[in-house]
Amino acid sequence: MKFTGKVIKYGDNIDTDVIIPARYLNTSDHKELASHCMEDIDTSFVSRVQEGDIMVGGWNFGCGSSREHAPIAIKASGISLVIAKSFARIFYRNAINIGLAIVESEKAAEAIQEGNVITADLDNGILHNETTGKEYQVEPFPAFIQTIIENGGLVESIRNGSIK
Amino acid sequence: MGMTMTQKILAAHAGLDQVEAGQLILVNLDLVLGNDITSPVAIKAFRNMGKEQVFDKEKVTMVMDHFAPNKDIKAAQQCMMCRDFCGDQEITNFYDVGQMGIEHALLPEKGLVVSGDAVIGADSHTCTYGALGAFSTGVGSTDMACGMAIGKAWFKVPSAIKFDLKGKLNPYVSGKDVILHIIGMIGVDGALYKSMEFVGEGLASLSMADRLCMANMAIEAGAKNGIFAVDDITKAYVREHSDREPVVYEADADAVYEKTYVIDLSEIKHTVSFPHLPENTHTTDEIDEIRIQQVVIGSCTNGRLEDLKAAAEIMQGKKVAKGVRCIVIPATQRIYLEAMEAGYLKTFIECGAVVSTPTCGPCLGGHMGILAEHEKAVATTNRNFLGRMGHVTSEIYLASPEVAAASAVTGKISAPEEVL
Repeated sequence: MKFTGKVIKYGDNIDTDVIIPARYLNTSDHKELASHCMEDIDTSFVSRVQEGDIMVGGWNFGCGSSREHAPIAIKASGISLVIAKSFARIFYRNAINIGLAIVESEKAAEAIQEGNVITADLDNGILHNETTGKEYQVEPFPAFIQTIIENGGLVESIRNGSIK
Repeated sequence: MGMTMTQKILAAHAGLDQVEAGQLILVNLDLVLGNDITSPVAIKAFRNMGKEQVFDKEKVTMVMDHFAPNKDIKAAQQCMMCRDFCGDQEITNFYDVGQMGIEHALLPEKGLVVSGDAVIGADSHTCTYGALGAFSTGVGSTDMACGMAIGKAWFKVPSAIKFDLKGKLNPYVSGKDVILHIIGMIGVDGALYKSMEFVGEGLASLSMADRLCMANMAIEAGAKNGIFAVDDITKAYVREHSDREPVVYEADADAVYEKTYVIDLSEIKHTVSFPHLPENTHTTDEIDEIRIQQVVIGSCTNGRLEDLKAAAEIMQGKKVAKGVRCIVIPATQRIYLEAMEAGYLKTFIECGAVVSTPTCGPCLGGHMGILAEHEKAVATTNRNFLGRMGHVTSEIYLASPEVAAASAVTGKISAPEEVL
């Protein structure tokens, strides 16, 4: 998996209520969810996000509710990858299960700035900051999780019988 | 190497003699839960998995609680989708308006979870059932779909933090104060990916309502699960509510804990979490005057009979302060009825509070008490994130039913002693 995109950066404890406020959870339509993504902390996100952009957060990204609508809204808004210092655990597994690429890296999430262009090579665990020239090594997923991702998510893994 | 309570339950449900922290395992589930918001996404995923039937119609449950009774047309459509699915699948434990309650108050009450179970729910507060000595954790809709399809979920075996409880709570201090104190101490990611295991002689003074409230908020410290050692109080509760026998898993003497906190319950004070994170805790004796416009007493955290009793005893014979709207939400139909028979609802109504049918409602900004700009609320709920209960400039202060009731009477954040 390889992505290149421009960075949109947020701080620590970005919770699922700001990623997609509950008042919009009366739908599970991906585009509709994306149209309200981040609006309570960043009204400009929806208008400025471009296909392939990379979201960067601090500690405990995605904390709060179990709503899968949160990673869905981020993915459907065009974000290709989320890099954070740490992820809240339900968000972490939801992202894997729906096929939103995520990377945990304290160093990268600290150093990368808004507007930087990042190339992420997840197969080799490398984040390259095209703007500053800096490179960061990241942990690859464990094999079990790679199986889920290689199968295109948990739904496909069940469908094709690779998880029984 | 010794195992924690959580690790023992996970090992047993994975068919393994031994597991250790970090190991990835596939776990057999005793119950798979969803609500009216998360189930529609799970139902779509379930269909995409190519499955015709759920793995066990007795072990899947759906509760229409978040935006039910339907708050708008879209919410109505979501409930309809769940209703139709459960009808087609002949799911035994489908709880619609009339039978439903807030899921995490309802399931223990209905005896659907017992000690030793492994449970997932597509709702982050599924960790509540740890109070019963079960492993239970919140997941997303795709995990719920996988659970419905094959009765299993994948987990990374968690490491654990031990909370050794001593002493006894002071009057008008409850489990909510304890868990807010703990979250204030360790932070909103203080138990990230880990189990929080509650043990010790102090358990004897904690009611099931206290324990359910504390386990409920384990997620607010980032935990995978919160779990209580099973004692006579747990066994009595389980036997009263379920036909199934509790299965008790005790931590090994040499179980590995990353850290142990000793907490003297007698030192816990009335604790309030300030906006916009549950870790921003203050005790009521150290805060300046904060005027409020709304009080919410309810939710999966504090909508139980004991919570309503505590609030009613403080509000008895008093009036809700002018300019304050006090909304009381019994968490289940049974609690509603029992609170009515005990006279609590009469007390609330005579005080000038309103009593709602069970729903998650305002906790997540759904309905039944949304805040306008710059309004402040004291709520017995579990999250005070930016904009969660309404306008993005509104503020939520998390507190116990005792503090919420006192605050409703004074119109500012108050300790119960101020009105007694």
